[in-house]
Amino acid sequence: MFDFQFLSYNAQSVLLSTFLLGIAAGIIGCFAYWKRQSLMSDALSHAALPGVVLGFAVLGEKNLFVMILGAAITALLGAWMIHLIRTSSRVKEDAAMGIVLSVYFGLGMMLLTFVNKMPNGNQSGLDSFIFGQAASMVNKDVWTMIGVATVVLIMMIIMFKEWKLFLFDPSFAKGLGLSLTKMNVIYMALLVLVIVVGIQAVGVILMAALLIIPSVSARYWTDSFKTMVILSALFGGGSGLVGTLISTLGSGWPTGPFIVITASLLFVLSLAVGRKKGLITLYLQHRSKQIFNGLKQMEEGQ
Amino acid sequence: MSYAGWIILTASLVGLTCGLIGVLLILRRMAMMADAISHTVLLGIVCAYLITRELSGIHMLYGAIIAGLITAVLVQWFHTRGVQQDAAIGVVFTTLFAIGVILIATKVGNAHLDVKHTLMGEITFIPWEKISIPILGDVPEAVVLLTIVLCIILFVIFAFYKEWKITSFDPALAASIGIPVVLMHYAFMSLVSLTTVAAFDAVGAIMVVAMLITPAATAYLWTDRLSWMFVLSSLFGILSSFIGYYMAVWLDTTISGAMAFSTGIIFMLSFIFSPRYGLIAKWFHNRRSSKSLGIFR
Repeated sequence: MFDFQFLSYNAQSVLLSTFLLGIAAGIIGCFAYWKRQSLMSDALSHAALPGVVLGFAVLGEKNLFVMILGAAITALLGAWMIHLIRTSSRVKEDAAMGIVLSVYFGLGMMLLTFVNKMPNGNQSGLDSFIFGQAASMVNKDVWTMIGVATVVLIMMIIMFKEWKLFLFDPSFAKGLGLSLTKMNVIYMALLVLVIVVGIQAVGVILMAALLIIPSVSARYWTDSFKTMVILSALFGGGSGLVGTLISTLGSGWPTGPFIVITASLLFVLSLAVGRKKGLITLYLQHRSKQIFNGLKQMEEGQ
Repeated sequence: MSYAGWIILTASLVGLTCGLIGVLLILRRMAMMADAISHTVLLGIVCAYLITRELSGIHMLYGAIIAGLITAVLVQWFHTRGVQQDAAIGVVFTTLFAIGVILIATKVGNAHLDVKHTLMGEITFIPWEKISIPILGDVPEAVVLLTIVLCIILFVIFAFYKEWKITSFDPALAASIGIPVVLMHYAFMSLVSLTTVAAFDAVGAIMVVAMLITPAATAYLWTDRLSWMFVLSSLFGILSSFIGYYMAVWLDTTISGAMAFSTGIIFMLSFIFSPRYGLIAKWFHNRRSSKSLGIFR
């Protein structure tokens, strides 16, 4: 296999973590894509910030589990608020997401200034949650990533048929006796799980990219949902791997943005030559059809 | 004017300007576009800095408007290529933002331009960066910039009030009576970028999103009239900057974060207590209608 011996042990853990994160985000991103909720992930990752900071403030030290718990609570609260605003007022979903995103982030920033005034708050490195600092991840975080990726994969595989029904024909799914509320809860839980583990690697702002871009890219290659999920996971994992490698080349280079750029390059590639809807592919198909028609006409003419 | 006075004035100008533009954003259902533009403006500023090597207002304005327009054009282009609207927004703004962050981290990182500053803003420095204006004396640069942008926006909105109204509520009708809908879309996107960058320096990207979307959405809960919505939204914007400032002073915390949070408080209060579209009003309305149905039963 690949030889990563030139990287330190720590760098190898980081590499493995971002790879697994990319896979998990790629899979969940496909669900979000078909639920037409791509930007929901953006809102939720911002909404997780106050929870991360609160989790730190409660214990006074960096405990990953408590911080993730806090993030999950505020992110779910944000999701619930978006739902509440959308269903019980005339404000539309996009505005509701914008409100939750910015207000929670403002609250997070306020809490962050409080924490920075705490005795050991200054060294907390909480700022890194905004842009992500994959380099600061340690061995323990790798295990968290492995856990999350496994959970996502298992839920994906054992419930594949249910997911398909849930995403593409909810009313039929309901008719079959599948509880849509339950599916929604599972979907939301998985989404929030991936987001809160991911923000320490790529940051609050760019977490959305990891969920959105791989699935959109995968869409250019296939019409089958199964293939799309697999491709999206590969794209996500690949971008995590390559982006992290690039960011180790320079000192102080941020990991998150490089992962996003790698994912975007894959997207541009898919947009150009994707097998199903790629622009160049469509153009070539169009041309060959023209040529074929031309030949046919010539034949008929003879 | 006192130090606190300038800060409140700056914030109120942000609230007023964003409140006006926000109304159109909400009605055109483009709230998340504002979020996208507020992030991509970063790339515009960085590029302007890389080309001119100075951080002056006017270059940053150009850079930001161009970045905003590129965002709008790219999102539209992907959308016509079959990508869902919100996925297109997500792809475009995260990519452009990531490029901006990388450029800052690798090329231009210095004391004047860092990502954190552009995201959170640093309103406390506003009163120190003054320029002198003939009659008024020394005025902070941000205040001048915001006033100019406010005038432009007031002019554009009220000179084409009818056109904005029709294109926002019924684009098909607007197109059929010959209003250039596409042109107005991009003009509007330029206005959003202009507002964002003017407010950016003072309060940062996230706060701009809060100020653009939340006061306007709050006003939407109070009235059905467009003219009233403009008035209410600006008032809510100004009110939240006041509340935010005093809350920040009281709790000794970040001013822009507190302002963003106070827009949320005003929204939540309206969401519950608004006389027509609030939760309580709705609850009463539902009860009354079910009671009156009971009589007929």
